[in-house]
Amino acid sequence: MSEQAPKGFFARFKELPVDSTPKTIFVAVTLCLFCSMIVSVAAVSLRPVQEANKVRDKQVNILQVAGLYEDGVDVAEAFAAFEPRVLELASGDFSADFDATTFDDRAAADDPELSRELVEDPASIGRQANFVTVYLLNDDAGNLDKVILPLHGYGLWSTLYGFIAVEENGNDIYGLQFYSHAETPGLGAEVDNPRWKSLWNGKRLHDDTGTLAITVDKTAPAAGADFHIDALAGATLTSRGVDNLVKFWMGEEGYATFLAKLKEGAV
Amino acid sequence: MSQTKKELLVDPLVDNNPITLQVLGLCSALAVTSSLKVALVMTIAVTVVTAFSSMFISILRNQIPGSIRIIVQMVIIASLVILVDQVLKAYAFEISKTLSVFVGLIITNCIVMGRAEAFAMKNPPMASFIDGIGNGLGYGLILMLVGFIRELFGSGSLFGITILETVNNGGWYVPNGMLLLPPSAFFVIGLLIWAFRTWKPEQVEERDFKIQTAEAH
Repeated sequence: MSEQAPKGFFARFKELPVDSTPKTIFVAVTLCLFCSMIVSVAAVSLRPVQEANKVRDKQVNILQVAGLYEDGVDVAEAFAAFEPRVLELASGDFSADFDATTFDDRAAADDPELSRELVEDPASIGRQANFVTVYLLNDDAGNLDKVILPLHGYGLWSTLYGFIAVEENGNDIYGLQFYSHAETPGLGAEVDNPRWKSLWNGKRLHDDTGTLAITVDKTAPAAGADFHIDALAGATLTSRGVDNLVKFWMGEEGYATFLAKLKEGAV
Repeated sequence: MSQTKKELLVDPLVDNNPITLQVLGLCSALAVTSSLKVALVMTIAVTVVTAFSSMFISILRNQIPGSIRIIVQMVIIASLVILVDQVLKAYAFEISKTLSVFVGLIITNCIVMGRAEAFAMKNPPMASFIDGIGNGLGYGLILMLVGFIRELFGSGSLFGITILETVNNGGWYVPNGMLLLPPSAFFVIGLLIWAFRTWKPEQVEERDFKIQTAEAH
């Protein structure tokens, strides 16, 4: 007899019209549970592949800026040539407090303990992390060949994230590349144009007196063509943004101390 | 069911096209048509979402309470969109980077909701599925046409392969920068609608009001 009560309950529930309140709640709850399960399963099971994609994307960009990327190259293998290190910007020394393979630069810039608010902020980035991940590339003989330094700053519409590759003398630029931005297609987005990127190769950061002379401008500065990258036609504000962010990151607030040490061969 | 399966599939391509006739789904059509590759992936994503959401909604149509039917449709569509987004991030990372928020915005694409509400709620699952595919392809057809014009004249290439060598790369072609910006898609779609309605005059809507002559007063 006691089993009849629940049976009756379900039977009565089944006979309710679709639009009744219990059925409405039942449909809503069941559907939400079912859909959330499907979405969670997809998100969790695909996460490893997605994370691997992100890591690979960054590695490809580092390889490209160092001129080591070709189609079909084994990215993980080629990237093994690089040695990631966490750099303390103020002292220009490597820090052993963090694991360079897992250090998250963008999270560090948001962490009050690891970053500082910028008073002078030409690159419009708001907060700057005290530590950044840099990548060292050694040549076959084991001597330092290039350093890959991350930099970012505001262009016209978006923050441009990129890398600059500097030779072991701390002054010659090998290349510059942005891996994430949302500038105007055809105008500002021409920062991705291989022809424009190739302009950076062989330019120098500091002039003979040690002053930071690199500039992105329409006309060549007095310092000469060695320090001048032609601005992008039709993209004045993006070019100005790139100019600001390169000057900022290569300057006193950025890698200046580290580059000076590099120049002395103290790295 | 008066329409055959073939009609369900072919009708939305030209005769009942979701963009040119119903003028739905314009937002994403403006945003993703600056290159053909992106437009193609968007077409596939929208087609998959429309087809499967229509099918699932049609399966459940007799159980969905009228008072919450829009929410129920949204939950099904949103789940499918998240699924597509996750799969793209895992297996087509480069393209998902370019599509960014627009995959997520398929949820608000009126075509998906429109087919769910107008067709799937009243028709069996198989017909709804085919109707979804047809409408996805109708959307895609316009996307590809617009993408073709915008990419060819905006960046001088098709599917990323250079056709017209642009000045920036040392060629002769001065690209039309406006075509790379979203507003240009308005002009291109407007011209397409004009062309479609000249070709098929039965698509022309009746005027809401007529300009009266002075004597009529």
